[in-house]
Amino acid sequence: MNYGIVSQEQLEQIDAILSEKLIKLGVDCVIIIDMAGNIITARDNGTSKYDVYSFAALAAGNFATVDAMAKLVGEQEFSLLFHKGQESNIHFSKIDDELLLISMFGKDISLGFLRLNVVDVIEKIRKVWDRK
Amino acid sequence: MSFINLKDKVVQVKIVYYGPGRCGKTTNLEYINRTYRKQILSEMVSLKTHGDRTLFFDFLPFDMGQIKGYDIKIQLYTVPGQVKYNATRKLVLRGVDGIVFVADAMEKQREKNIRSLNQLHENLQSYKESIFKIPLVMQYNKVDLKEHGIPILPTDVLQKDLNSRLQVPYFEASAITGYNVAATLKKIISSTVVSIQKKLL
Repeated sequence: MNYGIVSQEQLEQIDAILSEKLIKLGVDCVIIIDMAGNIITARDNGTSKYDVYSFAALAAGNFATVDAMAKLVGEQEFSLLFHKGQESNIHFSKIDDELLLISMFGKDISLGFLRLNVVDVIEKIRKVWDRK
Repeated sequence: MSFINLKDKVVQVKIVYYGPGRCGKTTNLEYINRTYRKQILSEMVSLKTHGDRTLFFDFLPFDMGQIKGYDIKIQLYTVPGQVKYNATRKLVLRGVDGIVFVADAMEKQREKNIRSLNQLHENLQSYKESIFKIPLVMQYNKVDLKEHGIPILPTDVLQKDLNSRLQVPYFEASAITGYNVAATLKKIISSTVVSIQKKLL
């Protein structure tokens, strides 16, 4: 079995990217999880209180379900998911086959702007991850 | 795949309760949730149907304390037991570190236990895991039914059916009364943590 170990340095770099690119933008909470439902890292704006462990388990299940649905309709994958609520929204994006980036944000941020930043963040994280 | 965070010194361990439908997987977690409330930081998450059957999984995270300075976070999952939900069972097994196989000791469930164990074997193979290598504990649940005059399988029959080749630790248990629920949990946690340590060293 492959054990997921990330160095302190890598995690610090990833955390810095998340804070700089997403939290500063006004995103309430960002979580990186693996497909088994483990949390790799979580950043928030200091005011939001989410139960990130339960969230990670559900998010991994949710993403896996959608992935299975994609295969049923002949798609390779649906690499992006978005849930819209009255006050808060959740955006899921695949980093690679193992990792998922989840952003929770309020109504002050436009989805388009968030997506642009998420694309940028994912590219940067991939670079950090590849150096493993 | 357990995830080890070297920065925050946290190890996340995934343990899955597996077994045929209505064997008591969710009941195990509910008992643990009630009994160890103080150590459990969040609510138990259950995704179930209107008929109270598990649809996707139950999820219960808790802290086990520290080993060599690392916080051990145990994440307990159950799978849906109904035959038709094998695709979801497979999803839940992704990245599993340890498994409790909950068998239903009722006589009429004999065949279902065997089928479910065989399917676990196949499902693990799809992740290139082996049922013979992964930490596994057997739980023969519902032994309390004997007192109510319901025919149950003797433990040596269950052992022969399910554990003759695997030779893993086993417990007679009653999830509803809590008998041996904690013992099962302790055993699987220790086997899993030892196996993770071995692989890391």
